[in-house]
Amino acid sequence: MRKLVILGGGTAGTMMANKLAGALDLDEWRITIVDSSETHYYQPGFLFIPFGIYTLRDVRKPRRDFFPPGVEVVSSQIDHIEPDKNRVILAGNAVLPYDYLIIATGCKIRPDEVEGLVDEEWGKSKFEFYTPQGAETLRRFFKSWEGGRLVLHIAEMPIKCPVAPLEFLFLADSYFTEIGIRDKVDLHLVTPLPGAFTRPRAAAILGDFLEKKNIHLTTEFGIQRVDSEKKALVSWEEDEVPYDVLVSIPTNMGDECIKRSGMGNELNFVPTDKETLLSRDFDNIFVIGDATNLPSSKAGSVAHFQSDILLENFLDHTDGRPMRAKFDGHANCFIESGFGRGMLIDFNYDVEPLPGKFPFPGVGPFSLLEETKMNHYGKILFRWMYWHVLLKGAELPLEPQMSMAGKRP
Amino acid sequence: MPTTTLAGRTIELDADGHLANLADWNEEIARELAKEAGIEELTEDHWKVIRFMRRVYEEEGDAPSIRRLTKESGVDTKTLYKLFPKGPAKKAAKIAGLPKPKGCI
Repeated sequence: MRKLVILGGGTAGTMMANKLAGALDLDEWRITIVDSSETHYYQPGFLFIPFGIYTLRDVRKPRRDFFPPGVEVVSSQIDHIEPDKNRVILAGNAVLPYDYLIIATGCKIRPDEVEGLVDEEWGKSKFEFYTPQGAETLRRFFKSWEGGRLVLHIAEMPIKCPVAPLEFLFLADSYFTEIGIRDKVDLHLVTPLPGAFTRPRAAAILGDFLEKKNIHLTTEFGIQRVDSEKKALVSWEEDEVPYDVLVSIPTNMGDECIKRSGMGNELNFVPTDKETLLSRDFDNIFVIGDATNLPSSKAGSVAHFQSDILLENFLDHTDGRPMRAKFDGHANCFIESGFGRGMLIDFNYDVEPLPGKFPFPGVGPFSLLEETKMNHYGKILFRWMYWHVLLKGAELPLEPQMSMAGKRP
Repeated sequence: MPTTTLAGRTIELDADGHLANLADWNEEIARELAKEAGIEELTEDHWKVIRFMRRVYEEEGDAPSIRRLTKESGVDTKTLYKLFPKGPAKKAAKIAGLPKPKGCI
């Protein structure tokens, strides 16, 4: 029996388990998936919790519901990987040998990496929404908040879902308008980037949206520390941005087990070939999703497109054929823009987000880089698709490679 | 492809305005790129960062992040921001003749 171990049962790991269980001969392969948590979270839904659009119940289901039959599930913490010995050491020193390994251990926010962020004010005037608990704490706070200066701050790139900070502000604009206190709320985005987003053309369009919605923007702000007493962000150049309420997107880092294995870069992301998704250092290890160091967005859509590529390359590679599929950095993100509308962007390593129609040229039904009701419905429908189609590894009518059809360069 | 004139030579640039060809770079060009970025004089500390960036790029094919610069270049974060105000990793990469760091996505 050949042994495949998948580390991580999140979006990427679950999709790979489903795809490979369908594609491999299970008389020949033993597939094991390892994750310590029993709950699968729909992470794109966290954004909606502070505004009471989703509840915690809407974004969680038992992980076991999504693992295919025939796959062995190990519920355990991962201590470290010993790639030279082809084995994983689990918590409690249990040893899990493998012939092939897929690392899908994701990334997490690390509030402890931002000086002065976590103290007695954490959860009182300083918040985050990248964890279910954090999003829920913020929802409770907003229930009784009467207004003031709300600063949303990005510590450093890369972050999971680079559009989430903008969506948060758009939804905040909509929410505070609806409850009648928008005139008492000052919204402010503070980013280390030179614009509202990572790519220039989208940054310009999204920047205009911020202005239209009266959301202030401070760019190129490298955070040194948060001063809780003064209630201000302080940059390395000693510039200060005051806040009443701080919503932070702290540093995102790969899992600590990667660090313990000595396999990660300075942010614990695993060096990965940007086209094949094979580890740059080990010929029997693939890496997928947020765990990679690839210059693509850390998002579920990216993991999804990667999973198609990884499936093909895994089958080629384990049969001794050259790997033919190439990942192009494809990302596709719905952006909630508030008031029941949304935008959509579709891009890859080389082509920045462009306006146009998606997925059918000229028809849509979705509009790229434009605010429409249909894009909002797309985002809302996507939660259903995620649970029922995407995680189960079923085919979506989207090619993994980005297409220029319908885009206006 | 856009071009610019630096140190009396016509130099090709990429879409981000960084040098298109690594081989076009030399110290004189670095000084001119620094001036364009508002840095009048390149000190020994500037060169330390620039040389570190070029070495990492040559070895790994991507310019290092600020976090890595702080950890490994021998210059701390505060000083990095003094040397290369507003985004040290990006600015230093440009002066070092490297493409925009991919981490800036």
